[in-house]
Amino acid sequence: MLLTFIIGGAICVFTQLLIDLTKLTPARILVFTVCLGVFLGGVGLYEPLFKLAGAGVSVPLIGFGGAIAKGVAEAIDAEGAIGILKGPFEACAAGCSAALVFGYITALIFRGKPKRL
Amino acid sequence: MERASGYKARVKRTSPRSRILKNSIMAFISGGTICLIGELIARLFIRLGVEKSNAYILATVNLILLSAILTGFGVYDKIARHAGAGTLVPVTGFANAVVSPAIDTKSEGLILGVGAKVFTVAGPVILYGVLSGTVYGVIYYVTNLFMG
Amino acid sequence: MQKITYLENPVYIESFAAVGGLEESRGPLGGSFDLIDKKDLFGMKTWERAEGEMGRLALNIALKKLSVSPDELNVLVAGDLQNQCVASSGGLFSFGIPFLGLYGACSTCTEGLLILASMLTSSKTYTRGACVTSSHNCAAERQFRTPIEYGGQRTPTAQWTATAAGAFVLSKSPSDIAISAFMPGKIIDGYTKDQSNMGAAMALSAFDTVSSFFSENDPEDYDLILTGDLGEVGSRILRDMLCEKGGAPGKKLASIHNDCGLMLYDRSFQDAHSGASGCGCSASVMASHILPLVRRGEIRRMLLLSTGALMSTSSVCQGENILGVAPLIRIEHMPRG
Repeated sequence: MLLTFIIGGAICVFTQLLIDLTKLTPARILVFTVCLGVFLGGVGLYEPLFKLAGAGVSVPLIGFGGAIAKGVAEAIDAEGAIGILKGPFEACAAGCSAALVFGYITALIFRGKPKRL
Repeated sequence: MERASGYKARVKRTSPRSRILKNSIMAFISGGTICLIGELIARLFIRLGVEKSNAYILATVNLILLSAILTGFGVYDKIARHAGAGTLVPVTGFANAVVSPAIDTKSEGLILGVGAKVFTVAGPVILYGVLSGTVYGVIYYVTNLFMG
Repeated sequence: MQKITYLENPVYIESFAAVGGLEESRGPLGGSFDLIDKKDLFGMKTWERAEGEMGRLALNIALKKLSVSPDELNVLVAGDLQNQCVASSGGLFSFGIPFLGLYGACSTCTEGLLILASMLTSSKTYTRGACVTSSHNCAAERQFRTPIEYGGQRTPTAQWTATAAGAFVLSKSPSDIAISAFMPGKIIDGYTKDQSNMGAAMALSAFDTVSSFFSENDPEDYDLILTGDLGEVGSRILRDMLCEKGGAPGKKLASIHNDCGLMLYDRSFQDAHSGASGCGCSASVMASHILPLVRRGEIRRMLLLSTGALMSTSSVCQGENILGVAPLIRIEHMPRG
């Protein structure tokens, strides 16, 4: 649990430093974080990190990338080449669907509120 | 008129910097807390007998739901102003990036407003996630072909 | 070549009104606004409509103060921050006044007053016209930045688009406040690509216009040099440059400079970072705070330069520099009788 907090927090600090110290916009940094997750998954570092920190790496967007890498590898192992295209979406299906469905329902229920200082 | 480089130096000199230490501490605490909540939810599902990998997916889904509700009540952006990357990087930030344009574009209709613009902020993450996943898939497939 | 027009027969600001939202009402000028809606919606369903409605309400109040009907206005010049200026056209069409839509980004307030003053001076038949400008924080966030509920952290140089509108009725018949000179500004490269640092992008255009104006005017004759929305960063750049390059007159100019973007909010408790911005910022600060001071003679002679950042979301993404423009008008207290 302590490792979850520390590793999850550290990933956020790393990203915060990228935002504050470089000229990169948050959108670019999020894209970078996801790609980093895929890379970590690809070189086999994501799983050990996940075993260590659990939600500490699966909740940040690195986990999104890690899940994609894992899903792709599993799909290819099971079905061959077609897994290259099936894998990425299968891996992130639950997260994307949840965000879309909850987003839509929220949009139907709530009205926008003005930003405050 | 000052030359471009001279003016750029002046702008850099005059513009206040981000408060790096404070921002980092806030990001650490808020990001760590969100991950911790995710971990607690996942363990709860494991205790309920859900298989481990699915338990973490359910934790993610619940965090997305929580973020959607907070975004709907207009609270998420208030927290995010102080938390910075701590609320941006976790999956709650991704959910906020999907939910906020959905609420925002309701006035433009459910198809061309919400439907077309729901991915204006989160789209790049999905595109490049899938793209890099596919690239990795090709590499994985080809290496398996020759090594396996 | 850039020239200053000095009006032998000045044009007069007969009436004015300021309308604003909740944050504007919490600021130091809150009590001076003519109308406030704490929901920022002004009875409308969308932020975009609300921006137009603010302009309509402001003009309505300005006309009522003067007991003048819209029929008595020959022309209406107006602008806002929305694409194709739909807030102004949508909000103001019910008046039935001949309309000219303007886009000068945040410089629109001064641009409109300048154009209107020159129309009234040059036309023999025109006697009276109005200028209205507005901006709405939520409409601007949606159009230029991110969805309103999106959780982003603003950089310290960022500015806060004001939810406000100002309306001014100008005429040839003498009153306390006169527009006595004007000069359009050149488009100046701000050497800045950062959308969150508009003050820096616009400061050079303000410097260019001020330098040009005071090449043939004496700073000692002025009480106030008021820029529109340079904010903290842009104001500091402008003052530094005036002090460094202008010698003693430059130091005098820096000492009488102030910025509408620094006046609208109390930044000790309102987290507006570098200050307010938007074409409603200079319009509402003028109409709520500055013009009453001129009317009472507490400001005898001043310059207003609203600065505009000329860019679009596309031009920023395509890596173009943000350009600035700063038109200028001179406003004077005219003692009656």
